[in-house]
Amino acid sequence: MKIDASKPLEYSTEENSNKIFGFWVFLGAEIPLFATLFTVYFVMVNRFASGPSGSELFEIGPVLIETFLLLSSSFTIGLAIHAMRHGYKKAMMVFMALTLLMGLGFIGIEIDEFFTYVHEGATLQTSGFLSSLFVLLGTHGAHVSFGFLWGAGIMIQLWRHGITPATANKAFIFSLFWHFLDVVWIFIFSFVYLKGLM
Amino acid sequence: MDLDKFKVHGEPLIYGAMVSIALATIGILVGLTYFKKWGYLWREWLTTVDHKKIGVMYILAALLMLFRGGVDAMMMRLQTAAPEMKFLDAQHYNEVFTTHGLIMILFMAMPFIIGLMNVIIPLQIGARDVAFPRLNAVSFWLFFMGAMLLNISFVIGGSPDAGWSAYFPLASLEFSPTVGNNYYSLALQISGIGTLITGVNFIVTILKMRAPGMKLMKMPMFTWSVLITNVIIVFAFPVLTVALALMMFDRLFGSQFFTMANGGMDMLWANLFWVWGHPEVYIVILPAFGIYSEIIATFSKKNLYGYTSMVFSMLIISLLSFLVWAHHFYTMGQGAMVNSFFSITTMAIAVPTGVKIFNWLFTLRKGRITFTTPMLYTLAFIPIFTIGGVTGVMLAMASADYQYHNTMFLVAHFHYVLIPGAVFAVIAGFHYWFPKVFGFRLNERLGKHSFWWIVISFNVTFFPLFFLGLMGMTRRTYTYSEESGFGPLNMLSFVGAVGLAIGFLLLVYNIYWSTRYMPRDTTSDPWDGRTLEWATHSPMPIYNFAIVPTVQTRDALWSAKQDNIPLYDDTKITKIHMPSNTGKPFILGVIFFILGFALVFSLWIPAILSGIGVIVMLAFMSFDRDHGYYISAEEVIATEKKLKRGEIV
Repeated sequence: MKIDASKPLEYSTEENSNKIFGFWVFLGAEIPLFATLFTVYFVMVNRFASGPSGSELFEIGPVLIETFLLLSSSFTIGLAIHAMRHGYKKAMMVFMALTLLMGLGFIGIEIDEFFTYVHEGATLQTSGFLSSLFVLLGTHGAHVSFGFLWGAGIMIQLWRHGITPATANKAFIFSLFWHFLDVVWIFIFSFVYLKGLM
Repeated sequence: MDLDKFKVHGEPLIYGAMVSIALATIGILVGLTYFKKWGYLWREWLTTVDHKKIGVMYILAALLMLFRGGVDAMMMRLQTAAPEMKFLDAQHYNEVFTTHGLIMILFMAMPFIIGLMNVIIPLQIGARDVAFPRLNAVSFWLFFMGAMLLNISFVIGGSPDAGWSAYFPLASLEFSPTVGNNYYSLALQISGIGTLITGVNFIVTILKMRAPGMKLMKMPMFTWSVLITNVIIVFAFPVLTVALALMMFDRLFGSQFFTMANGGMDMLWANLFWVWGHPEVYIVILPAFGIYSEIIATFSKKNLYGYTSMVFSMLIISLLSFLVWAHHFYTMGQGAMVNSFFSITTMAIAVPTGVKIFNWLFTLRKGRITFTTPMLYTLAFIPIFTIGGVTGVMLAMASADYQYHNTMFLVAHFHYVLIPGAVFAVIAGFHYWFPKVFGFRLNERLGKHSFWWIVISFNVTFFPLFFLGLMGMTRRTYTYSEESGFGPLNMLSFVGAVGLAIGFLLLVYNIYWSTRYMPRDTTSDPWDGRTLEWATHSPMPIYNFAIVPTVQTRDALWSAKQDNIPLYDDTKITKIHMPSNTGKPFILGVIFFILGFALVFSLWIPAILSGIGVIVMLAFMSFDRDHGYYISAEEVIATEKKLKRGEIV
């Protein structure tokens, strides 16, 4: 494998830079995916049938904690990549672990929220609005959960093999994914929760 | 567990299908064991990551599906050949037209095109493989397993029966209580993920792995068309992913997306479906335009006329393809303003398409034309497709569409677009590139026979449908009365369908005959080609090009031949890095198949287990540290020597 020393490690081989570009293209496909889910949500947003509306359902407290956790985790994954560029394996692992822990916290709160909703009688089957809400939040949550497993897998590889062109590449791509989930969450936070609470 | 839902109750035809599927499966298993081919199958095909082999498997699967979809078509034409036919009942007819549409578009046309892409694109841009060879194998196996999942629906549980567009509320659990539409949502989902991955893979391949000197505007037209197509795939398929997921939630978990009560909205499905569905049409047609452009330039011995306008018209078509979806349901009540908008965007597509037609005509002008089989298909395509296009503009007029909507006129129109636009193209491409992959040509005489059968019978089959539509025959009616007067034209159409079947059988016979008797093509360039795929040996070695060619002009090989520009520096053979084979994509596909099947029948425990299986498999793939192997320079030189002597390696 030809390694180009003038580039950062994660871009250093042709395969690596292709992978990063390919992942950008994949994120390009994630945009229409979430855009479609948002569209469905906006179409459904006033179709409550006999179920509750957003303002009756949402509570700002847990949502703010979720937002705080996810946004901070985006910062720590940035720090992890920064540490990676400097070759600090230990710092990188610590920041990645922090990222994943915050991700886990996010998922926990979201699951708790879902249980609360269901407990209040707001289920997937209740109304068009709730179906679209659960599927939009659920898709994002499933991405975070998948990201958690993926990130954990990359940490194991980092721990075993250190910062190599291959592991650096994987960690960098993972960070792109994680930032993307953050961006989606900002949209969910603004247009689902804040708008719903108004 | 209720075993009854696995059974399909029906007619002798379905039992016949069950028996033939069982016999064919046993036959294949016994054959593989008897000829001791299991190891060969596993090593050379199931685990391959070679783009050429994956492409060949795509095309084989597509041919198989062409047969399946063709049998569906024959059954429909037979059922409607005369008034009050008793061949199929209404339910069976519903299932047959649904699977015919699904299979022909998603499991025949698209994989055939993706197969040609796989074989040709890396060669055309002078690359050793696609950007992500293993992911390419994942794509194929997901497509294949999706296709198999849809096909077993016929004998286990029942096929989808709400039309290929599966409009709600008809496709809901309430009105389609069989598992048919569960199959629909899961089979399409699985193969759709495969297609999306293909899209990402080829965008990266084309943008990042072209031979040195091949600027974007020097790419062959087929490569351009494939690049644009894959951009459409990446933007359109996620919409299908969402639509199918919501359908699955509605049917399996009782959500309220497309229901008629509790705030659901049935039209949401129609919109989501066609936001994907219309670009899908261009996903199968744009690469066809690329194939035709290559063939016309090659067999007219001229540069393609209006290269730049060709590229721009494809870009415009790809953009417009996302802005026309509502023309599929003008009559479903979205109002005059919306209809006018979509009417205008739809008609606008005729402009760039017309530009392309004229470019092809001007390429032919004063060309030294040779009438080979691929060229015949291309020449037939131009007028037939124009009929399809013109009737398309007729349908695009919203007010007039109230007359044609859901009649046989529409059926005739889209067959006039898709058969010359996609099917003729893949057959032409198949004949054109066959010698590249297998090292011998298909027989021209048989090829021309099947061409004439197909092209004449096609018109006999579908031209009467225009008139039937105007007479008021609606699509998807399984029978009609004698007084309606639809009988004679339907009979004519059936006769045409028989002719089409003969044409396709001749095509298959040609493959068999040519494999046995055609002499080996020793030139590697049997058509006097213009683009890089003809610059390497045929069949090509696993590494495609011993030395990556350097490109200076469009139609690089043609200029190299005309002006004696060297494509390679022969002395610079170095070791070549290749990806190693892996069985993981195949296993992942199998797990996806089990997951899909379990979800179709709401078998939750197997579904959860196979879902975990998918994650575990992905982890295995991530932890894989096999970074491929090298072919040494000496080995490459030895292989090249053998190939030059005409030996097969």
